[in-house]
Amino acid sequence: MSLDLVCPAGSLVSLKAAVDNGADAVYMGFRDNTNARAFPGLNFDEAQAAEGLRYAHDRGRRVLLALNTYPEPESWSRWTGAVDAAARLGMDAVILADAGLMRYAVKHHPKLRLHLSVQGSATSYEAVNFYREHFGIQRAVLPRVLSLPQVENVVKHTDAEIELFGFGGLCVMVEGRCLLSSYCTGESPNSAGVCSPAKAVQWKDTPTGLESRLNGVLLDRYGKDEKAGYPTLCKGRFDVAGETYYAIEEPTSLNTLDLLPEMQKIGIAAIKIEGRQRSPAYVAQVTKVWRAAIDAVRKNADTFQPTPAWQAELNKLSEGQSHTLGAYHRPWK
Amino acid sequence: MLNLALSPRVANVVSRLPVAPPSLAFCAVANRLLWPALQTLEWQPLVGRRYAIRVKDLGLSLRFTVKATGFAPDGGSPDLTISATARDFLLLLGRREDPDTLFFSRRLVSEGDTELGLIVKNLLDALDPEAVLNRLPAPLARLAQRLMAA
Repeated sequence: MSLDLVCPAGSLVSLKAAVDNGADAVYMGFRDNTNARAFPGLNFDEAQAAEGLRYAHDRGRRVLLALNTYPEPESWSRWTGAVDAAARLGMDAVILADAGLMRYAVKHHPKLRLHLSVQGSATSYEAVNFYREHFGIQRAVLPRVLSLPQVENVVKHTDAEIELFGFGGLCVMVEGRCLLSSYCTGESPNSAGVCSPAKAVQWKDTPTGLESRLNGVLLDRYGKDEKAGYPTLCKGRFDVAGETYYAIEEPTSLNTLDLLPEMQKIGIAAIKIEGRQRSPAYVAQVTKVWRAAIDAVRKNADTFQPTPAWQAELNKLSEGQSHTLGAYHRPWK
Repeated sequence: MLNLALSPRVANVVSRLPVAPPSLAFCAVANRLLWPALQTLEWQPLVGRRYAIRVKDLGLSLRFTVKATGFAPDGGSPDLTISATARDFLLLLGRREDPDTLFFSRRLVSEGDTELGLIVKNLLDALDPEAVLNRLPAPLARLAQRLMAA
């Protein structure tokens, strides 16, 4: 098995869109802060999750549950309850970041398949193998900080399947260790489940441009025809030593279509599409393009070329001005 | 692609209609089509808040609130205002465009309570389009499907 297409779903409608357009697996979260897309109105309750599982399984696809935030002592039972629910519902795997939760899952649900979340921040084969030896994880999602040769080195030295991000909004790349948003809001994505809680976000049209603020802190001011981005601290423009620019990270989308043949050669098990917070229209459009691309690579990797139509469709859906190959591609390395 | 550009004369007439009749009509349609489908989702956070939908090119503003019994016209100061052109609203309704995409490209503007905006967006995304279309009489449903697929 290689290059499984793993697509996001924030609702039942999105899950169906992913399955109908060719996802091999869909990942979802429950309706609370046990996952890193804890937005109001998004995600699944148990009944909806059961219906989604039925829909996917009837069509031979898999469903993965993201339980990728870090439990706090006083709410530990919410996370273990979610692991229990995943086992009860028959999830094909749970995507975990916290070692304590892995231990709980192994102890109470030995048959439940475990994936190491990107939030687990394992960037070396030693780290991946640690989780494999101790908790029997079957797959690890690598953080978006490694170049492809570095990814290849991890793949060569572990029995765990390796999943890579292929498309979508880019994170500042310290997944699982990022505390930036708590600087403004007191809530970090690792425990509260969102980078910018919606209640702390303000958008305001001003004579000088569209302003986004997080708990009063100005993140960015977009000129009339400038594309806007998500209101996160890491993607803001700041005045540093008299110069205003994207001091931490430019809002941009990852798009690795060009690298698919190499990813196949290395032996990447699965490609992950970011965006559980996006709409069913996004899920349908992105899934369709990636299904076609992966099928084309499987047919003939040597002649594979992303079509301009695919790239145009993906560009349209991107956050920010541009897309990038991210850290995977470092020609200077 | 849909061609929904209206002649300036029609737009002029539409923009001069008092606020109430379009809002009344909107609420009547929303109560018939949206409300039953919303009942399967978590619609309670919508209650008691005021909304404005501004169709920029038509100069049209739909003002309403949500009560425990359904949508009702309400001209009071809105908690959430969503603005776009008629064509973009139709693309959104037909799920041919992603709201975040339109937002990034500044074609969709959301003002007011961001959290409420996100709740509305996520509820609309979670609505089963079949369940909505099933509420329409068959000929109208076919027409709607044709319009959305255009």
